[in-house]
Amino acid sequence: MTVPPVLPVFPSGRLEERLREKKPMYAPAEALAEANRCLYCHDAPCITACPTHIDIPSFIRKIATDNVLGAARTILSANILGSSCSKVCPVEVLCVGACVYNHEDVPPIQIGRLQRYATDTVLTTPAAKRLFLPSDHIGRKVALVGAGPASLACAAYLSLNGVHAEVFEKSAFAGGLNTTGIAPYKMAAEGAQNEVDFIRSLGVVTHTSRNVDAELAKHLLETYDAVFLGPGLGPDRALSIDGAAGSGVAGATAWIEKMKLDPATSIDGIRRAVVVGGGNTALDAAQELAKLGVPEVTVVYRRTEAEMSGYAHERAGALHDGVRFLFGRVPLRFVRDGEVLTGLVINGSDEEETLDADLILVAIGQARLTELVAHFPGVAVEDGRIAGDRATGRTGNPKVYAGGDAWNGGKEVVNAVEEGKIAAQSMLRSFGVDVTLVQRPKTASPYETTAPIPHH
Amino acid sequence: MADLSINLAGIKSPNPFWLASAPPANSGDQVMRAFDCGWGGAVWKTLGDPIVNVSSRLGAVGYAGRRMMGLNNIELITDRPLEVNLREIREVKRRYPNHAVIVSLMVESKEDWRDIIRRSEDTGCDGLELNFGCPHGMCERGMGSAVGQEPEVLREITSWAKEFAKTPVLIKLTPNIGDVTEPGEAAVRGGADGLSLINTIKSIIGVDLDKMVPVPVVGKGSTNGGYCGPAVKPIALHMVAALARDPRITVPISGIGGINGWRDAAEFIALGSTSVQVCTAVMHRGYRIVEDMIEGLNDFLDSRGMASVNDLRRAAVPAYKDWGELDLSYQVKAHIDADKCIGCDLCYVACMDGAHQCIHRPWETPIEGNSAPAFPQIHAAWKKDGAFRVPWVDETECVGCNLCALVCPVEGCITMTHVTPGVPEETWNDRIAKGTNVVPGGLRS
Repeated sequence: MTVPPVLPVFPSGRLEERLREKKPMYAPAEALAEANRCLYCHDAPCITACPTHIDIPSFIRKIATDNVLGAARTILSANILGSSCSKVCPVEVLCVGACVYNHEDVPPIQIGRLQRYATDTVLTTPAAKRLFLPSDHIGRKVALVGAGPASLACAAYLSLNGVHAEVFEKSAFAGGLNTTGIAPYKMAAEGAQNEVDFIRSLGVVTHTSRNVDAELAKHLLETYDAVFLGPGLGPDRALSIDGAAGSGVAGATAWIEKMKLDPATSIDGIRRAVVVGGGNTALDAAQELAKLGVPEVTVVYRRTEAEMSGYAHERAGALHDGVRFLFGRVPLRFVRDGEVLTGLVINGSDEEETLDADLILVAIGQARLTELVAHFPGVAVEDGRIAGDRATGRTGNPKVYAGGDAWNGGKEVVNAVEEGKIAAQSMLRSFGVDVTLVQRPKTASPYETTAPIPHH
Repeated sequence: MADLSINLAGIKSPNPFWLASAPPANSGDQVMRAFDCGWGGAVWKTLGDPIVNVSSRLGAVGYAGRRMMGLNNIELITDRPLEVNLREIREVKRRYPNHAVIVSLMVESKEDWRDIIRRSEDTGCDGLELNFGCPHGMCERGMGSAVGQEPEVLREITSWAKEFAKTPVLIKLTPNIGDVTEPGEAAVRGGADGLSLINTIKSIIGVDLDKMVPVPVVGKGSTNGGYCGPAVKPIALHMVAALARDPRITVPISGIGGINGWRDAAEFIALGSTSVQVCTAVMHRGYRIVEDMIEGLNDFLDSRGMASVNDLRRAAVPAYKDWGELDLSYQVKAHIDADKCIGCDLCYVACMDGAHQCIHRPWETPIEGNSAPAFPQIHAAWKKDGAFRVPWVDETECVGCNLCALVCPVEGCITMTHVTPGVPEETWNDRIAKGTNVVPGGLRS
């Protein structure tokens, strides 16, 4: 086996370093106070709302009883990327949004912050070694394509169950969008790398800067017992209107990645920025620009506010940061003075108007990675997603499984983790290992259930 | 404004709130500051032969993040020179002639009792309280609870004190005994003018699992202490009530144990206390808490049209009965207010795992023939919205135990409704009298 590569140390001077965390780590007293507020609901709605079905009341109770190691174990058993999910999950529409306190005009439990407290407390100490018992190797090996959350989760659960898991990542960093795409006020790239470090500590091998081309794909299919595809999405879609080519215009995810990782990226002199799009990437980019100090940030969206796919809480966050929204506007052409970008022409309610802009980020979706899929015979792409059985993660090739954005079309980290877990369970069962990684919430109770027989 | 002033066996006090004999009543400076805050009286920290104390001395248990639900101490009686205490008591009494100053005492021999009673009364104090309750340290030397646990010894020492004392003598009882009316009756027989209770409960508050030494840690060891604070209130209430309803107990009672606010005080008074004594709440939050106690009790009495706190005294004593005197015909059923319910389903799991399996979730259907009036509506609401989590009550199976209402986090969501108005009362004792005290399914049926 090759010596695992050392995790990258990010150079200083990157823009993301200027942004402070929105929800910093709880101090122990804060965590205890919040944990003690939890009602410990029966069959709790927060569990149902979590795509990985973390037993939230149990882990919170463990924080309250001074069993933080156990709390982390409960979280990570259901969601091995529980640390990053605690920071990047849209908890407002998931667990926290489902908290019963919302029905009582009592502030809901800050589940994400408690989850972060438990996982980050444990993962940074030697106690992390006591989280899981190592398994004996079962003589199987799995290759995973792409080192994003889906592959890392799948690899981790495989490794915990005695399967040799090797991840192949084309870029220089493991972690996928957790490293390159998360808004820095939620999680910085170091946070993602620390979590990758934890996954590697479970026995997962990561190969970075290893693109899976036709030849490597063939090799993987021939020499591994199964292959997991978690390549994510492709590059930002471009606006094909006049003036698109040239400086000052960038795809939003590409810009976010450079803002996070590349010290050469600067916003010096940017006074007016426009973000085109209505999804969460657009809202992230707008908030990042505003928080970095760009005086005027405008989001231009072609439909109505109600039709935006971005979350209401992210919209509220952008408004709080002073971002302006223009709804029902379609970009017509970029305006340039020679090479220099000066603005964007949009069609207003009646007539065209020009927005002055020094920087325009385009957040209208990402391309699909069909090329990679073509290297794996039998694996098909339908409606831009890898085709297959969502309940098992199986694709058209019996040896190939998939998960993550390429599989779901682009969802949250927590969805990718669950898909990785589903695939890991399917693979393990195909190897003859009978494990139950995927929990089903109790609320899916059958209608027919009847009251119990009285005991007296 | 109701009249809060009391007269306990001749000890007059502007209100029923006294500092218990404990660290808050350790010195003249403290007691005077307490009186300035509004306390009506103070029982001075127990005087006796000089002792030494250890370090550390206190331990506590919290609950769900709140501190000091229960407090435990291994401190002994006062560690200040007797003369200093007596001088300060005299000074307090001179400056606060209308407040009650009671001196707590604990010595061994008859001569010592005579001597210390004489010297205490020379200060002008309003009364004496004999400490027969302390369950740690002093009891190993034959004092404190060692006396309180032996009714005949207690009676004899009480009679000595009555022989020497000119002021009222209160006897402070220990709860570390099977039936508190035994030492209570012995004290009355010995001539006691009043009873104070409870003293602390013998306890080990916890264990330091790193050191493997019980708490509070004194070097390499610890010892059992005395437990007090909000956690002990129910034990104290019972003992006060047991004495209050006992016809042999003909003397007034000063209630002690976990009193935190005016409502606790009102409950002790309703179960027979004339004054109430407070320690832990002051150790936790200071003398200032008495302002709320006085105001709250006053407003409560006003709201009930009671002109004096004495009208409240014993108000609930007649309702404290033996189990055999309870009405077996009285029946309550749980009722869940679906509009207030937030869907935590704690009532469901509590009833399923800890009670009588009569609360069910919306998709479950009632046993045929059972009465479940809320079921149709709740079931329909759930069919419309699968996330609807309001449970329903099978009233046929509900025994009316209260558990669901106790665990419900929403005030007023679960109520226990009386469903048998007009049904004639029948007690177990009635059944014994009628010879119908047989329940099918037992050994003899």
